[in-house]
Amino acid sequence: MGTSDIYREIILDYYRNPRNYGKIDDADVVIKDSNPLCGDEIEMHIKFKDGKISDIKFNGKGCAISQASASMLTEIVMKKSIDEVRKIGKNDILESLGLQNLGPARIKCALLSLKTFKLALYSYLANNMNKEDQELKDEASKLF
Amino acid sequence: MNVKEFDVEKIRNDFPILKRSIRDKPLIYLDNAATTQKPKQVIDALIRYYEYHNANIHRAAHTLSEESTKAYEDAREKVAKFINADKEEIIFVRNATEAINLVAYTWARVNIKEGDRIVITEFEHHSNIVPWQLLAKEKGALLEYIRIDDEGMLIIDDLHNLISKNNVKMLSFSQMSNVLGSIAPAREIIKYAHEHNITTLLDGAQSVPHMPVDVKELDCDFMAFSAHKMLGPTGVGVLYAKRSYLESMPPFLGGGDMIKEVHKYDTRWNDLPWKYEAGTPNIADVISFGSAIDYLLEVGMENIHNYEQRLTKYALEKLSSIKGLEIYGTFDVKKRGGIVSFNLGDIHPHDLATILDEDGIAIRSGHHCAQPLMDKLNVAATSRASFYLYNTKEEIDALVNSLERARMIFRI
Ligand SMILES: Cc1ncc(COP(=O)(O)O)c(C=O)c1O
Repeated sequence: MGTSDIYREIILDYYRNPRNYGKIDDADVVIKDSNPLCGDEIEMHIKFKDGKISDIKFNGKGCAISQASASMLTEIVMKKSIDEVRKIGKNDILESLGLQNLGPARIKCALLSLKTFKLALYSYLANNMNKEDQELKDEASKLF
Repeated sequence: MNVKEFDVEKIRNDFPILKRSIRDKPLIYLDNAATTQKPKQVIDALIRYYEYHNANIHRAAHTLSEESTKAYEDAREKVAKFINADKEEIIFVRNATEAINLVAYTWARVNIKEGDRIVITEFEHHSNIVPWQLLAKEKGALLEYIRIDDEGMLIIDDLHNLISKNNVKMLSFSQMSNVLGSIAPAREIIKYAHEHNITTLLDGAQSVPHMPVDVKELDCDFMAFSAHKMLGPTGVGVLYAKRSYLESMPPFLGGGDMIKEVHKYDTRWNDLPWKYEAGTPNIADVISFGSAIDYLLEVGMENIHNYEQRLTKYALEKLSSIKGLEIYGTFDVKKRGGIVSFNLGDIHPHDLATILDEDGIAIRSGHHCAQPLMDKLNVAATSRASFYLYNTKEEIDALVNSLERARMIFRI
């Protein structure tokens, strides 16, 4: 994959003008994760209502790929039902970023936000649905 | 040999990897502060050892063991001469990190007590921070930092203030910063520390590979460095320590080779330096490290240093012409080595490294194992180009072109 393909206008735009950037003061769940390799950081704030994601914001620091992907992810999941967003996988994110062919080091940057999002989602589900959901755990462990 | 005779093409021919291409572009390797490439002389020594001499060393009467013992001890002698030490003062360990830890776990553990102070600097690598943090926590000692100025040089007044405090027992610092390239005036600093009866450790991981270093002249009590940053293989580091220290310190690891006699409840340590080398050492890599030293001496450390100074001067000039590029550290090449850290506009270093990689250029991006320094510089990360004897001005031109390309892509 050519570099010019990676750093397309859309990625730069999301990097410089991230959508849904910030914090939610009364979020139901706040989770931060980082990529120790390169120090990228993403913090997700999520609010749920009626089984849906009613609001989501992120903040963090890092490379264009990690920050743009986080911003795009928040747009993808906004207002969607929990069931729907549980199904979102790596390929969905890479496709919407147009970054299917990233090398192994950089793919971690692209997927950090998905990882953080899923961590937030599962911790919310585990805390609020009060069930020992093996299915959930399996899903979580298969993610990365 | 003067700089004019420095035959970089001949040198480059000795490095097989430099013939490689990356994405159809010739490899331009500018990540030498992380690890350097190896000349075929070093690779051949490794192969020759395994194909011809391989045997465990010490205590065996057969030919192979005698040969490998001799080659291993010859390498020690080469290292000793290289830094003007005695061979009994050279301890082989895994890397510079282990060498520093050895001092923290032996000499310092015995000599540093509650309320004592350990002084390091703001430009240390994590390997010269974390062992002292661990020790300070364990002992209730204090860890203090000599600050750096805007040019990335140690603030000598700060050093004087810190060192003249009570109970300072240890001063440990890098002779060359692995991020800024700043060279510390080591001799003057060590002299000053000794006037206050402070033990000194010099982290030579970045300096020993790139300039003449003489431990007798510097008078440091300990010095640590890694073979892999000076054309040698990975897996070998060196701790230099003054004999008087090695004699009085307790051993580090216990086991075979480091003993003279073992009884059920008591052991007599081996002579120096073997007292500190427990178990089968990294024989093959130590021997090929010896070939790396031969190689460096053949070219000449003074020549290497001069050549790198010229490259660095050229790089600083060229890089400063790039719009939006900020360079960290001093522009005075007499005070710095061939390590240049920078940031370009709002491009994150990882993105920059990805773009440069497309042009076959290897630089490092990140915190360079120096997070306290990143905090001081008020950046999350930097890009870093670091040079060695096989790099050329043409490669720096290619770096500059690639950075310009990145600037276009990111519209800076
Ligand atoms: C100044 C300095 N000290 C110590 C080290 C640690 O070297 P090693 O990883 O070989 O132990 C490095 C390596 O990057 C360094 O640059």
